[in-house]
Amino acid sequence: MKFTEDHEWIRVEGDVGVVGITKYAAEQLGDVVFAEPPEIGRQVKKGDDLAVVESVKAASDIYAPVAGEVVERNDVLDDADQATVINEDPEGAGWFCKLKLADAGELDGLMDAAAYAKFCEGL
Amino acid sequence: MTMNTIGRPTAPRAGASSAPAPTVSGSRGLLQREDLIFEFGSPDKTGVDLPAPKGGRDRLGGVARKADTGLPGLSEPEAMRHYVRLSQRNYAIDLGLFPLGSCTMKHNPRLNERMARLPGFADIHPMQPQATVQGALELIDELATWLKTLTGLPAVAMSPKAGAHGELCGMLAIRKALEARGELETRRRVLVPASAHGTNPATAIQCGFTVDEIEAAPDGRVDMADLREKLACGSDVAGIMLTNPNTCGLFERDIREIADLIHEAGGYFYCDGANFNAIVGRVRPGDLGVDAMHINLHKTFSTPHGGGGPGSGPTVLSDALAPYAPLPFVVSGEDGFRIVETANGEGAESFGRLCAFHGQMGMFVRALTYMLSHGADGLKQVAEDAVLNANYIQARLKHVMTPAFDGFCMHEALFSDAFTADGVETIDIAKALIDEGYHPMTMYFPLVVHGAMLIEPTETESKAELDRFCDALEIVARRAAAGDPSLAEAPVHAPMRRLDETRAARKPVLKWTPPTPDALAAE
Amino acid sequence: MRYLPLTDQDRADMLAAIGAPSVDAFYEDVPAAARLRGGVGGLPDHQGELAVERHLSALASKNRTAGEGRFFVGCGAYKHHVPATVDHIIQRSEFLTTYTPYQPEIAQGTLQTLFEFQTQVAALTAMDVANASMYDGSTACAEAALMACRVTRRRKVVLSGGLHPHYAAATRTLCEAQGIEVLHLTPALDGELALADAVDGETACVIGQSPNVFGAVTDLSPVSEAAHAEGALMVSVFTEAVSLGLVAPPGEMGADIAVGEGQSIGNPLTFGGPYVGLFAATQKLVRQMPGRLAGETVDADGNRGFVLTLSTREQHIRRDKATSNICTNSGLCALAFTAHMTLLGGKGLKQLAQLNHEAACDLADALEAVPGVEILTPRFFNEFAFRTPVDAEAVLAMLEERGVLGGVRASRLFPNADGLGDVIIAAATECCTEDDIAAYADALKEVV
Repeated sequence: MKFTEDHEWIRVEGDVGVVGITKYAAEQLGDVVFAEPPEIGRQVKKGDDLAVVESVKAASDIYAPVAGEVVERNDVLDDADQATVINEDPEGAGWFCKLKLADAGELDGLMDAAAYAKFCEGL
Repeated sequence: MTMNTIGRPTAPRAGASSAPAPTVSGSRGLLQREDLIFEFGSPDKTGVDLPAPKGGRDRLGGVARKADTGLPGLSEPEAMRHYVRLSQRNYAIDLGLFPLGSCTMKHNPRLNERMARLPGFADIHPMQPQATVQGALELIDELATWLKTLTGLPAVAMSPKAGAHGELCGMLAIRKALEARGELETRRRVLVPASAHGTNPATAIQCGFTVDEIEAAPDGRVDMADLREKLACGSDVAGIMLTNPNTCGLFERDIREIADLIHEAGGYFYCDGANFNAIVGRVRPGDLGVDAMHINLHKTFSTPHGGGGPGSGPTVLSDALAPYAPLPFVVSGEDGFRIVETANGEGAESFGRLCAFHGQMGMFVRALTYMLSHGADGLKQVAEDAVLNANYIQARLKHVMTPAFDGFCMHEALFSDAFTADGVETIDIAKALIDEGYHPMTMYFPLVVHGAMLIEPTETESKAELDRFCDALEIVARRAAAGDPSLAEAPVHAPMRRLDETRAARKPVLKWTPPTPDALAAE
Repeated sequence: MRYLPLTDQDRADMLAAIGAPSVDAFYEDVPAAARLRGGVGGLPDHQGELAVERHLSALASKNRTAGEGRFFVGCGAYKHHVPATVDHIIQRSEFLTTYTPYQPEIAQGTLQTLFEFQTQVAALTAMDVANASMYDGSTACAEAALMACRVTRRRKVVLSGGLHPHYAAATRTLCEAQGIEVLHLTPALDGELALADAVDGETACVIGQSPNVFGAVTDLSPVSEAAHAEGALMVSVFTEAVSLGLVAPPGEMGADIAVGEGQSIGNPLTFGGPYVGLFAATQKLVRQMPGRLAGETVDADGNRGFVLTLSTREQHIRRDKATSNICTNSGLCALAFTAHMTLLGGKGLKQLAQLNHEAACDLADALEAVPGVEILTPRFFNEFAFRTPVDAEAVLAMLEERGVLGGVRASRLFPNADGLGDVIIAAATECCTEDDIAAYADALKEVV
């Protein structure tokens, strides 16, 4: 699993990466009231807006950790009552979408778990 | 002696002070229960008597509405009661002190309302011939003269419809000026302090700029070192958006230097005029190097807030920006006043139009009425009393609450939540104030102060009112410092208890829909 | 000074309590060069109510009011009768002198009326949801264009030739600042359907108006279909809210976003503002809507109440990511709208709309009978364009001399368009009597 400074994670399975927000981000947001995973087929560059997550405190964009094409989305999140899974299991069942990687080399620019933990400590 | 033993008890009876039981009607004394109009109105009812249509006329060419709106009507007495009952669930300036920081909730004189309702202002159309509205154009010109004189700036755009619209106006003028210089493509960065109103960064983005945040210094003002660094790191700065007095209730003492630095860097100085009430009549923004500033007529110049609008945000402009002012604008000539409405001729350099027609005329009438009432001498006194009242609150509460910064404040006193015990939140203090009969202060803003409480009393409060307010807040603050758990329950004396905003946001219910047959059966 | 409660003694006592020698101490951070010694010069000192009232009344008396009669001016603002009750309600202290309902426990009056307003606007426009109002119709139109660009992730909007030119200009100003391409079709009396040919795969939305600025009503369904086929949104605009009682509303024509001016219901003309912008959309676009929204919820005791909701989209939280920079709505004007609408009810609105339509039909008949006059708008509600044999500006000036404010010349709205120099746009509402209409026709006969 790799992490970004914007608190996204990506877990690579073959040429596909599963994307979500980190436990730290989910805690900061508080109760999620709405999430909008991207539609299948969307092409994104690294850093593009990928999805939206809203809590009562904040609405945040989720950026693409790497470039790719959306090949699967977590439909469960469309139901606002179910979207609480983002709070309950952000780095598992609370995933947002799967990206078919355009350039696996981009993963090298991301943090590993230890580096991300250290990054969060500094915030 | 004859004794009449029939009569009513004239003193409360024993046991009458126990907790109130729920009522059968849902009303509580003067607080009447009131449903939605959709729940008791009828589509067949109307509170307006209109002549019967003659019928048989139709030039709609078939483009007719298919389904009726189904909207209920009410008779006049029912409608009056509905709104009066609802009104009694609102706090208001006319009811008490409304210390919402950054919002300048001052008394709204009723002479303003009377003047705005003169048919000569209320019953004139924006597109009727200009010769028939010379008085209206003269009023706009007279108000413009007041605004220019009070700010020391040479021009003013009158059409912005609210403060945020005025920000848009100022930043679009800056954009146009950069375009005229051929530098629009290279100057994209707007500096915005971390303490700014949220509208500032939102406006900069709406105008196609990027936002670069400047840190706040420990004294609550712009961090000059950070500003210099942000200016030195590229020649792409379009300008700065700065509130002064700032949102911490402090005057930016380096403001002249900030203006000079921005100008030397080739950028413009947009001043957010939300806090003009603190300095009106004593300081002219034009003397501080400002290029553009919106003026919230509903703050400084007493037009009513109306539950969230309408506002009005005339925007004063420096010589550098004046040519790019939006359409339309009023000019005076030998034949009286004229409106320049098009991009031909005098309007050729304008950045364009912000909205239909000529701005918030109804607010212009109210603001000018207020200015004439106060005069230049009175407006100076307004600023001084507003600042005095805020400092009095700060002085009275600084021993029980934590002032965010040292020294005197301007028109609002800012406290952090450092004095509260663990488990007590700023919101608990706010809600406890509701129980004490006050509207809470602004909370959690500005963002640079933890658990911020921003208190702006305005100049229209007497010393006795301020003392009563401080007495109440002092007790609440002591409870907060002691960690009183009952604060989390507040309010208990308001028309409603705390509302569940999470639920509202998760499954938004934004309009009334008829109950389903199942739900009706369940009842 | 009547608005200032502090006495000199209070001021002295307070300064002592603060420990400040004088108020000058509070202004020490002001650069010395910018401190005004004797206050701002060149302005008069304070005055009593009587003197102020005299001054303002003198200015008001220089204007000719719509109520003086023979009034046919429209084009985005309309003279209607507003019940006395409405003005009383909006002058209630609790509505007039309160703020945005950020503390819902003590703002249910404002919040419930906004919820009722949203429900009424949704029903009138036949859309799923409506917000708590915008500044006015033109700014609502501009915000709709921006919203369509966010939703579709496209950067081009197409405006009809019948869209009110002020609305088009306000939309252009906002869009171009963000680098969004604006294609504005040639002014056309009856050209809304041309939008269907102009939409392409790059288009975020098409914006059409019915009744349009020339008064033409149009079934925009074919435009919606064409837009949807290209993945674009349909934005349907109206400037005369009373028309919704009789004319096909946006929601019956496939609109994704409906925007319009609500002044006609509850609000006086007031020379162009303040008015109230109406903004409605389909359910699926709700989280992209700009502006405030009141929503239903419950309080800690389980009682129904209302709060501002989805405010995370707004500038005070989202800052540079906000859907719009707007932070006010047009609260009091929305209250006037909703109070008038409640008095009318659906039935009253329909009747009012019929009266307006009949007045316009009568006016068209009367003007058509004047030799040389040609009614240009084929299908209309309460406003239409007509051609005169002579220059429109001269005709309107001569009508004015005869006590008739006969409408707006098209060339004032479209100064750069060809062929509109002899076109006048006239509106008739329930306020126009048979006598007014006859007087208009008689005067026109004299001048053409």
